[in-house]
Amino acid sequence: MFAGQLGVSRLETKFWGYRRPNDRAGIRNYVAVIPSVCCAAWTAARIAASVEGAVLINNNTGCDETDADLEQTIRTLAGVGRNPNVAATLVIGLGCEVLSSLKLREEIEKEGKPVSHLIIQKEGGTAKTIQKGVTIVQQMVEKASEIVREPFDLAHLVLGTQCGGSDATSGLAANPALGVASDKLVGLGGGSIIAETPELIGAEHWLTRRAVSKEVADRIDFIVKRYEARLKAIGEDFVGKQPCPGNIEGGLTTIEEKSLGCVSKVGSAPVQGVLEYGEIPKGKGVYVMDTPGSDIESDTALLAGGCQLICFTTGCGTPVGTPIAPVIKITGNPLTYENMKDDTDINAGTIITGQEDVKDVGERIFQEIVAVASGKRTKAEIHKCHEFCVNRLELSY
Amino acid sequence: MARFILNHENDNVVTALVPMEAGETFRLKNGGPYEITIKEYIPFAHKCAIRNIRGGEKVIKYGESIGVATCDIEPGQHVHVHNLQSVRGTIGGK
Repeated sequence: MFAGQLGVSRLETKFWGYRRPNDRAGIRNYVAVIPSVCCAAWTAARIAASVEGAVLINNNTGCDETDADLEQTIRTLAGVGRNPNVAATLVIGLGCEVLSSLKLREEIEKEGKPVSHLIIQKEGGTAKTIQKGVTIVQQMVEKASEIVREPFDLAHLVLGTQCGGSDATSGLAANPALGVASDKLVGLGGGSIIAETPELIGAEHWLTRRAVSKEVADRIDFIVKRYEARLKAIGEDFVGKQPCPGNIEGGLTTIEEKSLGCVSKVGSAPVQGVLEYGEIPKGKGVYVMDTPGSDIESDTALLAGGCQLICFTTGCGTPVGTPIAPVIKITGNPLTYENMKDDTDINAGTIITGQEDVKDVGERIFQEIVAVASGKRTKAEIHKCHEFCVNRLELSY
Repeated sequence: MARFILNHENDNVVTALVPMEAGETFRLKNGGPYEITIKEYIPFAHKCAIRNIRGGEKVIKYGESIGVATCDIEPGQHVHVHNLQSVRGTIGGK
């Protein structure tokens, strides 16, 4: 496939990004302040708030968790530090937490970007840590601000796809249109990740059929069955409750129909592999990531997986963003667009009103992706919506 | 303005983009004939059959099965929980 076949001009195949090690490119240039444990979160928050260009990664975990959760937490937090939108990271630890701030630092350092860490108990308390932390972050921001954007092929982009607050228009308009944009990006060598395992139930075959190998197909089936089993084990009949009454009133009849509407957001390109929560893919193309349907928990996992931006379809409208990756909001509901214009970037409701078709809107979404990659701010960024939440697999103790 | 959406050329249902009343007609361009006469009220975003679907036959949307018809369905009829059953949902109890 070459650009001409896709009907893409040369101008559309590049974006202006920040060069990072390992031939990666960021579309934003943040210094991340990551508390390795929730006890250090507000100290970290005050460091981030004191320096322009720094962001807090609001970690809600890091201690009193099972081994499985610890592994997931460190993978997620390290993934965020490694995300190409992050120029440098300061890790703040308390000192007695199970998730060692030193270990988190070492994991992030694998990416080759500047990382530092401070331990509150070693520094002698919050105030001293804040003072030192602000100085470190200030120096990181100064250095990062010297990096100038340069052109990169769109093959350097990995898109996260998300749907939340879905209604009947999501599967009719917003998701299929996003699927067109996703296919175009993947055709140019980029990546696209679909998550939210419970929302694949009933549409697994649509993904397994496109899997590049039997191993990948089996793994897709496995993560869906695993999710269902875990819900069943705690007495939740998720499948039996889907579609829910609101969905049924809105026209969705079966779980297959609902999930097929959801899964259309990642287009029709072959599925290259399956990722655990927050895992970084080894290549480009479409990947399936095992996450809950929860919007914030799945967005967080997509950041950790290296997505530089997220396209978020919503029928009802939602303001959510992330600390380090722009979220492009797309609604297929023309009333929602009018009602929540301040929070919505793309009106795909023109498909419903007949002004545009799915391909037209897909092209608009693609152009927005390129513009946002090169620096255009999304509504969620402008409103400083920095939602972040690491999923918990098991009980805390 | 389009009153319905046909997601895939293999689909045997369309989805209403506006509520459609019994007696209204619409024309399909692809996969012919077709002029379909609506047989009953179809609410916004609900489905309408565009072919004869036998009981037990798959209902196709997005080019994929979204379940099976629980009775015979004629073109122009409302397709929803009263005549369409999930296959995945029933198996999901396993």
